[in-house]
Amino acid sequence: MVIQVLMPALSPTMTEGTIAKWLKPEGSLINSGDILCEIETDKATMEVESVDEGKLGKILIPEGTEGVAVNTPIALIVEKNEEMITSDEATTVSGSIKNLAIQATPQKAPEETRNLQPKDSPPTGSTKQLTVRESLRDAMAEEMRRDESIFLIGEEVAQYQGAYKVSQGLLEEFSEHRVIDTPITEQGFTGLAVGAAFGGLKPIVEFMTFNFAMQAIDQIINSAAKTLYMSGGQMGAPIVFRGANGAAARVAAQHSQCFAAWYAQIPGLKVVAPWSGEDAKGLLKAAIRDPNPVIFLENEILYNQTFNVPDDPEFTIDIGPAKIERSGSDVTIVAFSICVGYALEAAEKLASEGIEAEVINLRTLRPLDSSTIINSVKKTNRLVTVEEGWPTCGIGSEIATRIMEEAFDFLDAAVKRVTGEDVPMPYAANLEALALPNAEKIIAAAKTVCYAD
Amino acid sequence: MVKSKKPYAKKSPEKSPNSKIFQNSRPRIKAEELIKYYEKMLLIRRFEEKAGQLYGMGLIGGFCHLYIGQEAVVVGMKAAANKIDTVITSYRDHGHMLAYDMDPNGVMAELTGRSDGYSKGKGGSMHMFSREKNFYGGHGIVGAQIPLGTGLAFMHKYNDDGGVCHAYCGDGAINQGQVYESFNMASLWKLPVIYVIENNRYGMGTSIERASAVVDLAERGKSFDIPGEQVNGMDVVEVRTAGEKASKWCRAGKGPYIIEMKTYRYRGHSMSDPAKYRSKEEVSKVRQETDPIDTLRDQILVAGFANEVELKEIDRQVKISVTAAAEFAQQSPEPDIAELYTDITA
Repeated sequence: MVIQVLMPALSPTMTEGTIAKWLKPEGSLINSGDILCEIETDKATMEVESVDEGKLGKILIPEGTEGVAVNTPIALIVEKNEEMITSDEATTVSGSIKNLAIQATPQKAPEETRNLQPKDSPPTGSTKQLTVRESLRDAMAEEMRRDESIFLIGEEVAQYQGAYKVSQGLLEEFSEHRVIDTPITEQGFTGLAVGAAFGGLKPIVEFMTFNFAMQAIDQIINSAAKTLYMSGGQMGAPIVFRGANGAAARVAAQHSQCFAAWYAQIPGLKVVAPWSGEDAKGLLKAAIRDPNPVIFLENEILYNQTFNVPDDPEFTIDIGPAKIERSGSDVTIVAFSICVGYALEAAEKLASEGIEAEVINLRTLRPLDSSTIINSVKKTNRLVTVEEGWPTCGIGSEIATRIMEEAFDFLDAAVKRVTGEDVPMPYAANLEALALPNAEKIIAAAKTVCYAD
Repeated sequence: MVKSKKPYAKKSPEKSPNSKIFQNSRPRIKAEELIKYYEKMLLIRRFEEKAGQLYGMGLIGGFCHLYIGQEAVVVGMKAAANKIDTVITSYRDHGHMLAYDMDPNGVMAELTGRSDGYSKGKGGSMHMFSREKNFYGGHGIVGAQIPLGTGLAFMHKYNDDGGVCHAYCGDGAINQGQVYESFNMASLWKLPVIYVIENNRYGMGTSIERASAVVDLAERGKSFDIPGEQVNGMDVVEVRTAGEKASKWCRAGKGPYIIEMKTYRYRGHSMSDPAKYRSKEEVSKVRQETDPIDTLRDQILVAGFANEVELKEIDRQVKISVTAAAEFAQQSPEPDIAELYTDITA
């Protein structure tokens, strides 16, 4: 019998990795628990353990190979007394992960959004291809070089290089004085950072994910957001709270939720949600320079996506204005963060059916750029909003209200919201997919408002 | 636990011929310093009495937590502070602001919600700040000021400016989880912060015995290797001595320090509290036997630093300035309605 060893997914969002090293040569005897090879991802290096006994019949992917997709067969294990094999007659799956660094769950990774580039207003000046992860890191590094009062604080930001490797290299460049690992103590370190901001420093607080910021939400709202007002303008908090927001993949209810609407409700905060690498870099730099507390909502699934990003260290994107990513005349689709990608995907498909959608990337949720949306609706007369968060009192609800208040007469159809379903995020893959927005749901909504369904 | 027994290291007497020295087996403190503390403590008491009066007249609204009985704590700690030091506290904050030299007019005008208040009338009793005096509030959420103060200490260390943060909390706040998160980080990173626990025996209406499994609050830093000291918070000289020792510890880079001030509040938790959870006898016993202002007054008279007439004159001056503050706070206009929408973002 021949057993296939498949390339495992070592994190919820991993789609590919590098076979760094084979620790067992072909022909060697394998006991369950033996380490077969080492795999590198953008986040960590892991060992792959065998769960089966037998002989390493064949290594299908040599060490050093990069970009090996999850679930690709990487080796074959045969019975101990069997001959070596050359064919791919393998039948079952094997391989489990011994995790060196972070908790990993072998699983099928979700399909990523296509990397759609904006059709209009491409970045000017020279650009380079960067992942969103690298764009965020570059934004922090450039700003920290510019201003010594900026420091980064959070769990695993320094020695570990960031739980999602966003702070890669920062400890090396800026030392432990300015890149600070904290204990797991969200309320404590958030309050500490806000206090330091009152005192004139400019902290960047990394939440491993925004789910954990709930432990600290009192300090964000009652201390950071309100003090400028309560002090009659004497002291505010120049601080950025950043980290992954929204659904990751297969991490279930406590680790998958969008906090955009929560924070967008609070006077005294600015709330930013980038989609592209350009957004990530330009908006994070602007957030760090902003004298107010800024909630910077990243998305774990976007971290690994690649975009063209301007090189210029003075490149920033103003907090506030939305960006029209694709112009169209038939329907306006408003989205932010990962949903901008879904909206662009939907727009391409709609175009093939003769419906031209205008896609607005909100970029900033507070203050909300109503006028860009209103102007677009005046042209298209139809509006679909898209968000991962829950429908009740969501960003879509707010946009729908503002359109009703300020552009009611321009609507040819009721505004349609595409949102996350009104349920805690399920774990099961099929249910999770049902709970989230996607291009198909956006297409259906767009057709509804265009009376084309 | 470290107890304060030994007086602070003796300094050579000042050369000035006017300087009298208060000795009597206690730290040597100059006459004018003690008299200054007396004046400040009296200012706080009279100010708070006046605030209570204005509250009763409907001129101050909302929550108003009076500091009467605890005056020696802030005045003693301020005496141990350097100019660069920062201070932060909870909502029972009027005494702290006055002790750290904020203007009584501005504080009272904030209490009445007027435009000349420290926060232009937008903060009120619990939320006042002064960047000029390094006073960082005034925080209404019990315990939240402790991580914030730890952050100010982080700032002192980051800037290497030699400053220390005085972070105050009560015996009620000490059971909040974020206090221990702060203790841990402060000790781990050797942050210059003095945690001043004002143990006035009641967290609102709940006595410390009913709220704390361990009532010896100076011990609360033990798990974090933070030294703690229990101090008679009704004696300004003992407070100052402990404050100086703690400051020295912090400035030497040894990390945080905890001082538990044993004190008492004479009034209810806030203006609306009839204080039925304790007996009238308990309150009057504290007032008669350990009142911090009477104690200091006796010390001054015994040492011959001032006579009755001179102290009466101080009382008179304090009353005048409190009356003036109350007058100012009533004359100051309400904030312009445009202020509703200012200072939301910078």
